[in-house]
Amino acid sequence: MHETMVAQSLLAAISSEADRQNARPVGAKISCGTFDAINDEILCFAFEAVAKGTGCEGVKLEIEHKPIRCRCRDCDRNFDFELSSPICPECGSEKFELLPDAPLLLETIEFQTEQRNV
Amino acid sequence: MYKVDIGKKILIANEEYARKNSRFLAKRKKLCLNMISSPGSGKTTILIRTISELKDKIKIGVIEGDIQTDIDAERIRAATSAVVQINTNGSCHLSAAQVCGALENLPTDDLDLIFIENVGNLVCPSAFELGEAGKIVVLSVAEGDDKPAKYPSIFAKSKVLLINKIDMLGAGVQVDFDVEKVKADARRLNKDIEIFPVSAKTGEGMSSWYGWLTESVGNLRL
Ligand SMILES: Nc1nc2c(ncn2[C@@H]2O[C@H](COP(=O)(O)OP(=O)(O)OP(=O)(O)O)[C@@H](O)[C@H]2O)c(=O)[nH]1
Ligand SMILES: [Mg+2]
Ligand SMILES: [Zn+2]
Repeated sequence: MHETMVAQSLLAAISSEADRQNARPVGAKISCGTFDAINDEILCFAFEAVAKGTGCEGVKLEIEHKPIRCRCRDCDRNFDFELSSPICPECGSEKFELLPDAPLLLETIEFQTEQRNV
Repeated sequence: MYKVDIGKKILIANEEYARKNSRFLAKRKKLCLNMISSPGSGKTTILIRTISELKDKIKIGVIEGDIQTDIDAERIRAATSAVVQINTNGSCHLSAAQVCGALENLPTDDLDLIFIENVGNLVCPSAFELGEAGKIVVLSVAEGDDKPAKYPSIFAKSKVLLINKIDMLGAGVQVDFDVEKVKADARRLNKDIEIFPVSAKTGEGMSSWYGWLTESVGNLRL
């Protein structure tokens, strides 16, 4: 379950921002590439487990999956990689290369306004 | 409610350790390769044969990752004393911090090449950089030739694909495994990947793999 390590790192990142803001986090948006092989259900479950009893308990995760981008070596166009039909949608070429996968990012955190006392 | 933009990499702590390992290895000019496969593809068998057959040319050490046991580390010890075991206690992948600790316990100065045998798993280990110079993915013919298509990540990220257990293809066993299809699928994901069909059991094909290793170690010594 590599989601456990992702959840722990995520908890550390949200907690430190919550300390800086001195506010209660309620939601977080993250994004990941296809190759990070993040399973939403497992990540949410793992996060719930590590966040229990911390200031991040109850934080809802929103997870966006970004497609793998490719560049066609015949017509030079960029397109999304589809496992089911791995060809260039423009020219039908099978000669393409994968562009770097999107990184696993913590995009935004949502905080409750009421308890903010700074 | 209000929103704060963060835009930070989540696995930043792992990445920092990976960079530290990479610097440690580069400074000492040691080649480090991270070996990844499903359980039982033959990582340990390949390592034992490689270490023994190259022992007069390349000094090899091993960081052995396992969920719980030290069975593989003990097997490797028959070929080299430079072995460090990491038990991940249930985790499906090695982390860069674990490798950082293991590197300190290896006699690095006496070695040319350090292999990391990752935990048997084709998915999770590929998401965690360890500071290695390259990944080696092992796929055995018993697993089926659809694996590059189903698990593209590790094939896209590896420097070398070892197609292992090719002795089974000629042994009269019914194995549906099209080596050319695997090569084509892997190259579609990764045009630079080096592919060596081998048998760690009979030794077939291993010399091309040794050639690649010898050259890679040689390039670092320059
Ligand atoms: N026929 C055949 N069997 C092999 C070959 N290489 C390994 N094996 C057998 O495959 C089994 C698993 O090999 P290991 O080397 O333990 O595989 P591994 O990838 O290290 O396994 P884990 O560490 O558990 O993930 C053993 O019974 C080996 O003898 C090969 O080239 N041909
Ligand atoms: Mg093994
Ligand atoms: Zn095209």
